[in-house]
Amino acid sequence: MTKINLKINNIPVQAEPGSTILEAARAAGIQIPTLCYLKDVNKTGACRVCTVEIKGAKSLGAACVYPVSEGMEVFTNSQRALEARKHTVELILSNHCGDCLSCIRNQNCELQKLAQQLGIRKVRYEGEKTPPTFDEVAPGIVRDTSKCVLCGRCIETCKKVQGLGILSFINRGFNTKVAPVFDKSFNDVNCMQCGQCVNACPVGALFEKEDIHRVIEALNDPEQHVVVQTAPAVRAALGEEFGLPIGTRVTGKMAAALRRIGFDRVYDTNYAADLTIMEEGHEFIERVQHQGVLPMITSCSPGWIRYCEFEYPDLLEHLSSCKSPHMMFGAILKSYYAQTHNLDPRKITVVSIMPCTAKKAEVVRPEMRKDGVADVDVVLTTRELGRLIKMYGINFENLPDEDFDQDMFGQYSGAGVIFGASGGVMEAALRTVKETLENKPLDSLDFTVVRGMEGVKTAELEVAGMQVKVAVASSMSCAKPLLDEIRAGTSPYHFIEIMGCPGGASTAAVSRLSTLRSATALSRLTGRRNGQRRYMMRMRYRACVNRMRTRRSSRCMINS
Amino acid sequence: MGKLNEQSVQVIDRIVDRHRGRPGPVKLMLHDVQKELGYIPFEAMEKIAAASGVSAAEVYGVVTFYTQFTTEPKGKHVINVCMGTACYVKGSADLLQRICDLTGTKVNQTSADGLFSLDATRCLGACGLAPVAILDDQVYGNATSSTALEDRIKAIIKTESGVQ
Repeated sequence: MTKINLKINNIPVQAEPGSTILEAARAAGIQIPTLCYLKDVNKTGACRVCTVEIKGAKSLGAACVYPVSEGMEVFTNSQRALEARKHTVELILSNHCGDCLSCIRNQNCELQKLAQQLGIRKVRYEGEKTPPTFDEVAPGIVRDTSKCVLCGRCIETCKKVQGLGILSFINRGFNTKVAPVFDKSFNDVNCMQCGQCVNACPVGALFEKEDIHRVIEALNDPEQHVVVQTAPAVRAALGEEFGLPIGTRVTGKMAAALRRIGFDRVYDTNYAADLTIMEEGHEFIERVQHQGVLPMITSCSPGWIRYCEFEYPDLLEHLSSCKSPHMMFGAILKSYYAQTHNLDPRKITVVSIMPCTAKKAEVVRPEMRKDGVADVDVVLTTRELGRLIKMYGINFENLPDEDFDQDMFGQYSGAGVIFGASGGVMEAALRTVKETLENKPLDSLDFTVVRGMEGVKTAELEVAGMQVKVAVASSMSCAKPLLDEIRAGTSPYHFIEIMGCPGGASTAAVSRLSTLRSATALSRLTGRRNGQRRYMMRMRYRACVNRMRTRRSSRCMINS
Repeated sequence: MGKLNEQSVQVIDRIVDRHRGRPGPVKLMLHDVQKELGYIPFEAMEKIAAASGVSAAEVYGVVTFYTQFTTEPKGKHVINVCMGTACYVKGSADLLQRICDLTGTKVNQTSADGLFSLDATRCLGACGLAPVAILDDQVYGNATSSTALEDRIKAIIKTESGVQ
């Protein structure tokens, strides 16, 4: 198709027909500031921060929605555009809680950055502010509308990415705010606590509940033995907190930092990912051989579990009974590890560093405790770990590379590493299934047909003479058709992997500030497995197996 | 939130069925529910959301956006007092206060006996008659100099207390 010729700031630019001024400018390397715009998710032209002057047009246009046309001349930095942009941001600031110094997004806030870029030195408009709502009841996500800029990015993300639509604008004019249905708390609606809205928020209006203080408390308690485990996705995302390129693998520095912070043991959740795969693989075999409920659906994403409980409670039987890897690790640490190290489980604090806010909601669930002892005590997100490292004054970039603790929990196969990527759990579990049923190692290790970034992927393979049909979906909008099929009784699959976030945990919400990029980095970390060793591990922890499983059918909705 | 009675649920179901499948049915359904029940219960929003394929949050957003829709039952008689610029300058704030005193209702609320709802509204588009109020679809102009509105309110109170 013929390209459209236009000029932006007197520079000739070619753009695709139907594209916007913003897209044309970005393709040509010309920056136009934005606030409410979120690529592929939110494009409403509501905030007017991307306002530009168009030759011949009466009024200024919002670049994010203004389509390009032949011969168009755009000025992104004319005095008129700059002043309008500055005015707009000043008006937004006039109804914004200005506690920047104590805000969780201080130095990491899009509004703060805009104010700085546009040279705003004084908020000229003072007056009444919209009555704020502060909601910190939910275990994972906090909402503070005094900082909300009404960009709508969280609303659209929840609706389009997760297919949930928990949030909406409510009220009108000055009283407009973003709220869950019926202005309830996040805790009282069908929110899966995935944190995608937190990821979309440009300011500090939505953020993960901070638990750093609980970790510091445990570390300073001489009675407590504090063990930390980190999820595979964290190592590819943590570097960004310290200005390293997105996707930089910082495993060694992370382990070194955790040790300097004072954790007694530093482990990789990968070890437990192996356990999960073993358990999930064996559970699948049991179900196939004993006419159990099929298709079996993976259960390592707590966001997905919550969604299933809210939206598809009739399908709970389909969920694998396996706990998620970090919960299994917690269970092992509080049982097998405690016994072998002669420790009181009550004196062990297990801290999980996870990419997702739903894990915070997972650890407080009643079935994740035994005799009053929680499997995992605290979950920190990647962002929180970044803050903790900074708080301890650790010079992260200059740390030497260190290993995780290399005792028995330091061993793991390659299977766990791909856990965080969409399709990874399925692939790893299928390896176990094939190996166990056919009693021989696999010729081919990569079921590449189920790996990648599309919403739903399906595959068919032969295991011990049986045609096994599998499907993989990440994000709830993609999982929905698969679930509806099961409900209607027409599902052709035997095994389904569902992850709460698009692309899997490696792109989970608070893992990083920009999405969908580290997953590709992570998929490169794929390793190889050693079947015999995994089998031995399973034998060794047989005694703990019942603690690694949980009964789904007896579950009740936690907040009903 | 108390449980909705069976009769109201049937009304909602009938309305939802009537508009199901039509383009943009949310507001049509909301208007009908508001008209028949006098308010929009949460159950209605949930049913409307399910029938029209939008989220309940979005339906709630629509309900809270438009002043025509209310989430609490309206009184038997609805009074709207215009707070537009012209009416305000001509003393509609005083008028509003007088009606509050007369009916025992607070602004944007319903009186305890359920007899009156009083709403301060945006411009009603009858600035020439400022200040303007509407009682049960009847427009009362020049309401500061004329006592027609207040007479009508008093008459309603008299009749209703006679009924009881």
